[in-house]
Amino acid sequence: MGIDLPLLWALIIGFGVMMYVLMDGFDLGIGILYPFMPDKHHRDVAMNTVAPVWDGNETWLVLGGAGLLAAFPLVYSVVLTALYIPLMLMLLGLIFRGIAFEFRFKARERERHIWDKAFIGGSFTATFFQGVVLGAYISGLPVRDGAYTGGPLDWFAPFPLFTGAALVCAYALLGSTWLIMKTEGALQARMVTLARPLAWALLAAIVTVSLWTPLRDPAIAERWFRFPNLLWFSPVPLLVAASMVALLRALRRGRQVAPFLLTLFLMGLGYAGLAISGWPHILPPDIDLWQAAAPPQSLGFALVGALFIIPVILAYTAFAYYVFRGKVRPGDSGYHG
Amino acid sequence: MAESLALDLARIQFGFTISFHIIFPAITIGLASYLVVLEGLWLYTRRTLYRDLYHFWSKIFAVNFGMGVVSGLVMAYQFGTNWSFFSEFAGGVTGPLLAYEVLTAFFLEAGFLGVMLFGWNRVGPGLHFFSTVVVAVGTLISTFWILASNSWMQTPQGFEIIDGRVVPTDWLAVIFNPSFPYRLAHMSVAAFLATALFVGASAAWHLLRGRDQPAIRTMFSMAMWMMVVVAPVQVLIGDLHGLNTLKHQPAKVAAMEGHWGGETAPGEGLPLLLFGWPDMAEETTHLAVGVPRLGSLILTHSWDGTIPGLKEFPARDRPNATVVFWSFRVMVGLGLLMLLLGALSLLQRWRGRLYRSRGLLRFALAMGPAGLVAILAGWYTTEIGRQPWVVYGLMRTSEAVSPHATGTLALSLGLFVVVYLFVFGAGVAYMLRLVRKGPVNDEGREEGDGGPGHQRHAMRPLSAVRETFDDDGRV
Repeated sequence: MGIDLPLLWALIIGFGVMMYVLMDGFDLGIGILYPFMPDKHHRDVAMNTVAPVWDGNETWLVLGGAGLLAAFPLVYSVVLTALYIPLMLMLLGLIFRGIAFEFRFKARERERHIWDKAFIGGSFTATFFQGVVLGAYISGLPVRDGAYTGGPLDWFAPFPLFTGAALVCAYALLGSTWLIMKTEGALQARMVTLARPLAWALLAAIVTVSLWTPLRDPAIAERWFRFPNLLWFSPVPLLVAASMVALLRALRRGRQVAPFLLTLFLMGLGYAGLAISGWPHILPPDIDLWQAAAPPQSLGFALVGALFIIPVILAYTAFAYYVFRGKVRPGDSGYHG
Repeated sequence: MAESLALDLARIQFGFTISFHIIFPAITIGLASYLVVLEGLWLYTRRTLYRDLYHFWSKIFAVNFGMGVVSGLVMAYQFGTNWSFFSEFAGGVTGPLLAYEVLTAFFLEAGFLGVMLFGWNRVGPGLHFFSTVVVAVGTLISTFWILASNSWMQTPQGFEIIDGRVVPTDWLAVIFNPSFPYRLAHMSVAAFLATALFVGASAAWHLLRGRDQPAIRTMFSMAMWMMVVVAPVQVLIGDLHGLNTLKHQPAKVAAMEGHWGGETAPGEGLPLLLFGWPDMAEETTHLAVGVPRLGSLILTHSWDGTIPGLKEFPARDRPNATVVFWSFRVMVGLGLLMLLLGALSLLQRWRGRLYRSRGLLRFALAMGPAGLVAILAGWYTTEIGRQPWVVYGLMRTSEAVSPHATGTLALSLGLFVVVYLFVFGAGVAYMLRLVRKGPVNDEGREEGDGGPGHQRHAMRPLSAVRETFDDDGRV
């Protein structure tokens, strides 16, 4: 058996989820920031910066769902049962904001506020419940004989609610630094003033989660703090500190692109930290990815398609971002023309 | 009791979300192929009306495609949220098939759809036509994977059960399971018919309002030819599909016919019931009105053949005949009306009154949603007829359902109903406004401000449409 198929699939799905978090993160963030930019023209510009790419970003979420069913049906069934309510609310939030994206520009003037509200509410709901899902997932889902044994409201607990709020801050920071990169003038200045407190809030959230998870779970503490792991993993917190300093400095110096890239990097570090804590458990706290994997016949069959098509999707995505590079200005009605 | 209520709610919720979802892809499949025909005719004949029609329908295609993407997002999660034990049990087979469907759809969205919707003036006609063809073929490949998965649930094969889970042993047998070819043909043709009826009704609406233009006449004529040629083909495919179902799922056919067994003496054959009310508790069909021997003729292609009645199956293995009997009759009844529409159109065409007969135009307008209603009715027939199994003969739906509380399910179902009606209501209203505007002369000649490096080059299908809502409903 040359190839470790479950490991390969875990990497593919892990990569897909990370792409989703980073990419849909900034466009959800713009919805969260909408209340802080009441000016209609600012709202138009902000929406236009993500209009060409947002639904491409969301395709990663569909791919994640289908990939999980194909490769780890046990995880798919347990996670989706346990986190039914937050996941449903997240999907409904995404529907609302997806449609608001399209109809806000096509709406009559007096109806626009409805779509603005749908966009804000949908973005906020989707983000918050994504964070709740994440927090509840890493807290662990009790499973016996392949079935979820917890209650329907187990996610309504301090830690998941905290990660929900933390993700709102994180996406808002991604959104504000994206807008710093993509806009100019008053809107950009507004985003710089918002980004600073958001960066501090994200740092506080990262520190809190980093302390909270090992305190709650001795196994995670063991993994992080035992020698020599401590040595291997110590770059993660050091890099977090360094990129935070760099981010605040970039904001102060009025850099255009660096804040966004540094925020992406910070998010990536947080994601890596969670992956280290969880490894190799794909269904915390007990079930690892080899135990949860679909039969090799299923993994191999689906892998052929994934390895053929995912590079094409990546190439086209890169091309689309390249095409839409540069600042978006008021009056660029965009293709919404 | 509470458990069965939770099961019913889970089924209703799944049925509700997938019923919305099925409508948009059906029109997507049909319109994609229609656009291939229109562009092919434009390139071959160089008659501008084909180009105008292409541009008109590609806008409606774009909006419809967007609705399909949004409603599909929910479907990717519903299998796990509502049917977690099914996902765990059969995920090894249905998961990869669904993953292929998703990958196919993305592959299209990633490349060719953009060229098709935004590249009219940016790429050569050959490449553009190629993109349209690839999109159309891609929608059919998506159909292929979805129906492979669904057909496997109806007639499973090519697997072993190891440790309580399905393990695929032969993917070709899994995909080309016994009911798959019939289901694929029946569904694809249904999508073509539903689209033709939609196109025909749109044309009829304009003709009835006196917008008698060559492009609209062509639309109407093409749709009516589809009724003449494709509706009879669908009857034939449906007949073969029925025989296949009789072979593999006799209880479903018995329920569709409201046939309990023992109603007729041996040698008398089976009647075809036109009306009746199958009663699951009393094991009989009340008020049955039928045509003697016609049932035998259709189901067994013989004068006195018979099929197993519902009473031959244990009560716990019977599908709900009351629902299936009527959903099947709605589908067949609408199919017969499609045949009638085709025949009337031939008559009026022969009399030279195809575009002027108000009766025919009104009939075509009324039949606009008939194809979609027939698809839904047929879908209910085959899915509810599969009950009480989720994977036929292997896993019961009651064993598949996620352990959610009734209150949770009732709440989420309520939310779905409200959100879907609001969101897709707005989407469909927008599509109909586009239809109302009608084709524009010489649309394809104007330069679009799109393409790589320009604002209008977009990945999103809806942005292909520039029209905005305004007060009088014109766009």
